[in-house]
Parts: sequence; C-alpha cells; structure tokens
Amino acid sequence: MNFRFDLIAEYAPFFFQGTLVTIGLSLGAIAIGTILGLFIGIGKIAQNKFIRLPFSWYVTFFRGTPLFVQMLLVHFGLVPLLIGDTNGIIAAIVALSLNSAAYIAEIFRAGIQSIDKGQMEAARSLGMSHKQAMRYVILPQATKRMIPPLGNEFVILIKESSIAAIIATPELMYWGRAMQGQYYIVWEPYLTVALIYLVLTLSLSKLLSFVERRTTTG
Amino acid sequence: MIQVKHLKKSFGNLEVLKDISVDIKEKEVVCVIGPSGSGKSTFLRCLNKLEDITAGQVIVNGQDITNPNLDINKVRQEVGMVFQQFNLFPHKTVLENITLAPIKVKGVSEQEANEKALQLLKKVGLSEKASSYPSELSGGQKQRVAIARALAMNPKIMLFDEPTSALDPEMVGEVLTVMKELAAEGMTMVVVTHEIGFAKEVSDRVIFMDGGYIVEENTPSELFNNPKHERTKAFLSKVL
Ligand SMILES: Nc1ncnc2c1ncn2[C@@H]1O[C@H](COP(=O)(O)OP(=O)(O)OP(=O)(O)O)[C@@H](O)[C@H]1O
Ligand SMILES: [Mg+2]
Repeated sequence: MNFRFDLIAEYAPFFFQGTLVTIGLSLGAIAIGTILGLFIGIGKIAQNKFIRLPFSWYVTFFRGTPLFVQMLLVHFGLVPLLIGDTNGIIAAIVALSLNSAAYIAEIFRAGIQSIDKGQMEAARSLGMSHKQAMRYVILPQATKRMIPPLGNEFVILIKESSIAAIIATPELMYWGRAMQGQYYIVWEPYLTVALIYLVLTLSLSKLLSFVERRTTTG
Repeated sequence: MIQVKHLKKSFGNLEVLKDISVDIKEKEVVCVIGPSGSGKSTFLRCLNKLEDITAGQVIVNGQDITNPNLDINKVRQEVGMVFQQFNLFPHKTVLENITLAPIKVKGVSEQEANEKALQLLKKVGLSEKASSYPSELSGGQKQRVAIARALAMNPKIMLFDEPTSALDPEMVGEVLTVMKELAAEGMTMVVVTHEIGFAKEVSDRVIFMDGGYIVEENTPSELFNNPKHERTKAFLSKVL
C-alpha cells in the first residue's frame, strides 16, 4: 500500500479550515448548550410538577433520539422555519446546542441533587431565602462536582459535531469526505481526520483536568 | 414564646404528629425525649417550618408561622437550629460558616460579622480554628461551630435536634458544656436529646413523646423520679 502523504499535504489547508469550523461549532454549542442546560436543569427541579413537565419532555426527546435525526430536523425544518433559509453552520450550532443542553441539564440537576439535604436546611434555618441558599451554599458545592461530567460532555460534543458533515457544514469531517470523494482513497483522509479529532479531545481533557485540580485545591 | 396548638403533621398517609399542644415560655429550657420514630425531630422541625404543617397552629415570637403570607425567613432569623449531622458548609472556613448568614441575610458589614464570629468562637473554645475548614475538625468541634453559626444571627430561640448523638462519647461533654452555658445565659431552648443527665440538670421541663403524642410533660425531677404513665415508665426503664 502506498500512503499518499502528498495528497494530505495538498488538502492541508482544507483540513485546517475544517478544524477551525469544528472548534467554532463546538465552542458555540458549549456556550449556548451550557446556558440553556442550566436553565432547563433548574426547570427540571422546580417544585411545581407542571413547571417541571416541559423541561422533562425536552430532555427525554433530545436524549432519546439520534443526533443525526435532530441535525436533519433542524437543518431542513427548524432553521428554514425561523429564518426562511438554511445554513449549515447555523443549523449545526443550533442542533448541537439543543442536544448538548439536554445532557448538560441532567448534569446540573444531578450535581444540585447530589448535595446533602442538610445543607439546604441549615441555610434555610439561618433565614436565607431559597435563592440565597442556592447561590451561596448549594451551587458552589454542586459546581465542583459538575466539572468532570461537564468536561466529558464537551469532549463528546467535539466528536459528535462531525455529524454536521451530512448537512454540508464545512467542518473537519466534511473535508475528510470531500477528499475521499475526490481521490477515491480512504486511509489518508479518515486517519488524518481521526488524528486531528484526537488532538482536539486530548487537549480539552488536559485543560479540564488542570481546571479540576485548581478547583479542588482552592 | 412558642405556642403550639393542635399541631398535626402527616407525610402522605403516615400521620406522625397527631395532636400536639404545648407552650414554651421565654428563657425556658425544654427537653424532648421519646423512642425512635415517635416524631421528636418532626415536631422540632415544625417549629421553624422546615416541615410544612398539616394542621393546627404554631406561633413563634407572636407570629403565626402557619400563615402562608408570613415571611418565614424573618422568623427563622430569630430561631437558631442545630442538627445532629452538624450540616456545616464544607466549602467555607469556620469563620465564613459563621459570618455568611449575618452578611447575606442581615446585611451586617464583613468587619462587624468577623468580630462577632471571633467572639462566638472564643465562647465555644475554638478561637484557633477560625481559618480551618470543617473537614479538619472533630465532631465535637464541628458541633460547637454549628452552635456558634446559629448564635451569630442573635436568635431568641435555639432548637437542638440530638446535637450529641453523632458524636464519639468523649466529645459529648464539650458540646453539652456550651449548651449549659447558653441555658445559664437565659436562652430559650428546645432540645431533643437522649442525654438524660443533661435533661435532669439543665431543663426546666421535660416532654415525653410517643407515637405522635405528648404522653407526659413535667419538671425533670417529677418526670424521671415519678413518671405517671405506663409508656413513660417503660421508656425510662430502658434508658435510665
Ligand atoms: N420526610 C419524611 N417523609 C416520610 N416520613 C418521614 C419523614 N420524616 C420522618 N418520617 C417518619 O416520621 C416518623 C417520625 O420521625 P421523626 O424523625 O420525627 O422521629 P424521631 O422521634 O425524631 O426519631 P429518632 O429518635 O430516630 O430521631 C418516622 O416514622 C419517620 O419514618
Ligand atoms: Mg430524630
């Protein structure tokens, strides 16, 4: 077998652009997904059952259906409905954000509910409102516990962003497929793409374990 | 100071408090004893509405806490509570544990809160632990910090739910000493406890609960030496 490094070199600028798009999609989805997820997570632990219900449905839907299907629904359905036209980058960010928000909501919920009930009771018995107790007592403790699973979710998000290739978002995987289509070769494009994803996910993991160490000793 | 009138409390179908009426006067120290599951904790937790009250009335400092329009946070500022499991805030230092509520709830300045906290730490004998974290303290030390934390709000009433039950025997004394001092200073106290010695020595009145009722209440010497009800006698014969 003759491994065509020359063709990889030729495609390097596209892989570079694709990597930037992948990073952009992931960062965008992490930011939006986290904010949305926090909101949904808080909704899911509301005291009122009827307030909780739509948030539960949201999480059930997005965790119970494939991202592949969600991506197509958003690209061909939701985005055109909202802005009249569709766009691979916008659709990918929206789909990834909506999807990761469901997982992040569960991480927030689990983190908050993992804090011993006695903490809330002690805070309330001192005269703090529910909001104050959340802010000064529960959330600071819960946040520490959320960092590892959140990091995990961000790593998954980077990998899953590759599904955006099927709606022609010009991210990393898209250029891998383009290269295969152009030269009828398999190993060169996909091993290159795999390697770049690996570098991205490993860097993020390293960064997260650094953050984790900082917050546990702080 | 606290008036409880026909208090009832159910968890779902389980009626835990069946008909509790009791009056607690200012500066009175009341101990609550009784077998496990008799509703002692639930009763105490109804006094600051940590549990929703199913029926009846609870009046604390003249305010009816069963009134849904009442700002319960205001009432709780005047009612300190100490838990069996301490419930210190693990992410905060001892000093921050004590100053958090005065600063955030009462709006006391940080400096003033710190001064008061140090004064309270001295009182409970833990001045040197101000910058430690709860995980670095023994059980007895944790409970003394928890008492200081409650006192920092200047409460008029202190509620204790088995404050020494989670402690190793050698640490029980240090916590009881702090509580005795507090009683001597005239704090109104309601103490759920298994420490019969403490109840005898410190309390003005002992309430014996069983099966969700107050079976008998009396001065400690009468209740312990001369119990009237069979159930009280049976219970005391096991614990004395
Ligand atoms: N949140 C709750 N939900 C359901 N049942 C509860 C709850 N809290 C307490 N109970 C039940 O209420 C009854 C009284 O409980 P409580 O904790 O008041 O008893 P206690 O007298 O304090 O007992 P102990 O000496 O073991 O602390 C028990 O049967 C208990 O199982
Ligand atoms: Mg109890």
